[in-house]
Amino acid sequence: MAGETLTPVVRLVSVSRRFGDVRAVDDVSLDILDGEFFSLLGPSGSGKTTCLRLIAGFDRPTSGRIELHGVPAERLPPYERDVNTVFQDYALFPHMTVGQNVAYGLVIRKVPRAERERRVAEMLDLVRLPGVAARRPAQLSGGQRQRVALARALVNRPRVLLLDEPLGALDLKLRQQMQIELKAIQERLGITFVHVTHDQEEALAMSDRLAVFREGRVEQVGPPAEVYERPATPFVADFVGISNLVEGAAAAALTGSPAPFTVRPEKIRILDPGSPAPEGSCSARGRIREVVYLGSHTRYTVALDPGALLTVVEPNRDATAQDAQAARGRDVVLAWPRARNRPVGPAR
Amino acid sequence: MRSRRRAFATFFFLRPRLALLALIAPPLLWLGVVYLGSLFSLLVQSLFHLDGFTGRVVRRVSLATYGDLFTRANMDIVVRTATMAAAVTVATALLAFPPAYYMARYAPPKIKAALALGILLPLWSSYLVRVYSWKLILAREGVVSWFVERARLTWLLDALLGLPGIGGPSLSVSAIGTFLAFVYVWLPYMILPVAAALERVPPSLLEASSDLGARPAQTFRRVTLPLAFPGLVAGSIFTFSLTLGDYITPQYVANSQFIGNVVYESQGVANNIPFAAAFSVVPIGIMAI
Amino acid sequence: MIGVLLFLHLPFAVIMLYALTTEDASFRFPPPGLTLDWFQVAWNRPDIWAALGLSLRVAGAATAVALALGTLAALAVHRSRFFGREAVSFLLLLPIALPGIVTGIALRSAMGLIGIPFSFWTIVAGHATFCVVVVYNNVLARLRRTAASQVEASMDLGATPMQTFRHVVLPHIATALVAGGMLAFALSFDEVIVTTFTAGQQETLPVWIFSQLTKPRQRPVTNVVAVFVVLSTSIPILLAHLLTREGTRKEP
Repeated sequence: MAGETLTPVVRLVSVSRRFGDVRAVDDVSLDILDGEFFSLLGPSGSGKTTCLRLIAGFDRPTSGRIELHGVPAERLPPYERDVNTVFQDYALFPHMTVGQNVAYGLVIRKVPRAERERRVAEMLDLVRLPGVAARRPAQLSGGQRQRVALARALVNRPRVLLLDEPLGALDLKLRQQMQIELKAIQERLGITFVHVTHDQEEALAMSDRLAVFREGRVEQVGPPAEVYERPATPFVADFVGISNLVEGAAAAALTGSPAPFTVRPEKIRILDPGSPAPEGSCSARGRIREVVYLGSHTRYTVALDPGALLTVVEPNRDATAQDAQAARGRDVVLAWPRARNRPVGPAR
Repeated sequence: MRSRRRAFATFFFLRPRLALLALIAPPLLWLGVVYLGSLFSLLVQSLFHLDGFTGRVVRRVSLATYGDLFTRANMDIVVRTATMAAAVTVATALLAFPPAYYMARYAPPKIKAALALGILLPLWSSYLVRVYSWKLILAREGVVSWFVERARLTWLLDALLGLPGIGGPSLSVSAIGTFLAFVYVWLPYMILPVAAALERVPPSLLEASSDLGARPAQTFRRVTLPLAFPGLVAGSIFTFSLTLGDYITPQYVANSQFIGNVVYESQGVANNIPFAAAFSVVPIGIMAI
Repeated sequence: MIGVLLFLHLPFAVIMLYALTTEDASFRFPPPGLTLDWFQVAWNRPDIWAALGLSLRVAGAATAVALALGTLAALAVHRSRFFGREAVSFLLLLPIALPGIVTGIALRSAMGLIGIPFSFWTIVAGHATFCVVVVYNNVLARLRRTAASQVEASMDLGATPMQTFRHVVLPHIATALVAGGMLAFALSFDEVIVTTFTAGQQETLPVWIFSQLTKPRQRPVTNVVAVFVVLSTSIPILLAHLLTREGTRKEP
């Protein structure tokens, strides 16, 4: 849905933010397009939240340009930006009711009472929380507060919604449910969502495109499939999903060239020793070192004779936990299609 | 109007330092001018001196007034005040420790809150009245004497009052009485910081110490005491400083002069502000040490 | 523990008792008889009413000044870490950390030097100086418990800093302001040391009590007034205590 021809609704050009000697955001350039669900993905301290705060206007860049809807925005305070935020801790006002919280942006804008009430009800319906307007935030569950925060941020009809780890405080089940709902709301309203998360699964599940952050820099930008299948750097390969990095002598033994490459664990098959590898495969002998039984699948760590340690994931279609555990110490052959090897640049 | 107000807000938003300055300027100016200015003028005045003949203040800088300070009688007052302050500080520290320890360690939350209030209330409530009450309690025909008489211990009280230096005609005009009143009024100022410091000591630390084989007394001496020390210091500073500068207590319950009385009388009765100023520099000096 | 609490509170009981005694010249114990007459006598004394009126007006004005200055200082110190913020805290604390007599004589000498005559406002100035820190401490403690994201959320939703202060910050610190204000009021209401230096001929209620020391007649009237002062300062202190505790409990 995000075409390259659309104008960027948020544009960062060589943006840096330094705190003393620390470069929290270091020369980041990004174009976020109108109507897309864009994730900023990275480990904690990688600069993704700082980046979001720069877009919201809570913080200002040390250098570089920020444009919102094509207009320079570095010198706009948050209350002059057509951008709203869902905070990690929700930041609901404890002294106001849910209804007053959601209406806050409209009260500030002096929207007439009748319209205000209509839009508040509309928003609470949108987040599927009708009838809680009279309650206090303290009387709601974590998941409900999260929805109220969402309604409050959407009531001003911003063109861009910023979400700072909005699902971080929820348990797994609720989180997965909210992922689907957030995505549905975004598609229904057709506005841009910029979403900060450290959860790679979440980013893959929800985003149209994502940017992977590391130490204040952007390592790769692209659609989830591209970032997963063709990681640009060893860091991306490692952070997004599990991946095996093979380099040096081991790489030379497997492919004939010492150039480093990665291969995903689910692409690798475990064969009995002596069985022939299929045409066009990389294959090598090795021994199973570790077995971790994970219910639906089992994770094996295999030491290859050429000198690499690979992680392999196999679904437990017929295998039982006993079968999996019994594989420990067994001699095996690993094989995977050569086409699954992803060359990566050297580690930074 | 609305947009102008917004522009105004944005102007300050983009200049956080200026906004900060706008916030901090009024309180700083007040304290800087009214308070520090006054302290400075105090210092200046202490360098003037009173013409003994005309009774007027001579506005010429000299150390003459400070010279007057170093008479035998005045030095006695300084030493007496400092000794009293030190004795009161030690006594309040000893007295404050057990309740503070109990509050921080053993008291359940509800009781702790009640105790805190029980100590806060006298701390905040009228200090003048609290001192005054001791005049009633210690008076010759007052409460303490009555109980002492009932207990047939009058001989002991008389012996105490007969002691040179700390005795006097009755408790309310003796150094013992002054001491009691001082300990009473400043005790809350010692309990609260000590309790706060003890509260910050994690219980696991004490358990660790006894786990490592320390007997309770050793744990107290080697772990609790050093950790409570900052609170003890804070409380001591309060107590010492308050005793040094007080003139109400000596006025009500004492037989001798303290720094505070001299300052008060020399400005009020003798109108000798330079002398009062110079003398009140003394407690600042002692505190600085 | 109980001994210490008794030690701290029994003297108040003694004053109450002596407010009821029939003996009017000495402090005889036990009192020869009990009477409520002194309350009537105190009620009919115009000098007490005048002193009370002055005390109330001074405490009100000093509290107002302290509220404004203390809140400003707390906001400034809270919102940014700037060079010298420790110094600001120290400066605010100094007037109550140094002996009251130093503050008193310093103000007195400054007024003498510049030639400001004693007035209502000189008393207020003295009181406000040491009341600021009470408000400051209360408000700052509350601000520290307020999540920064609350302010950001408000501005994010379109509110200017002024609107944010009115709609979000002020409700947050309201009880802290009331508590700080009450403590400041209580502090000012029974202050005597600084007042004796800055009041000239006027008498606030505590100064009046102090002046009765040298007058041996009708002593129980002093006790009646003392009881009144203790009660009327205890009430705001109790309320302030409850308010700050409530503010703590609300914190999730």
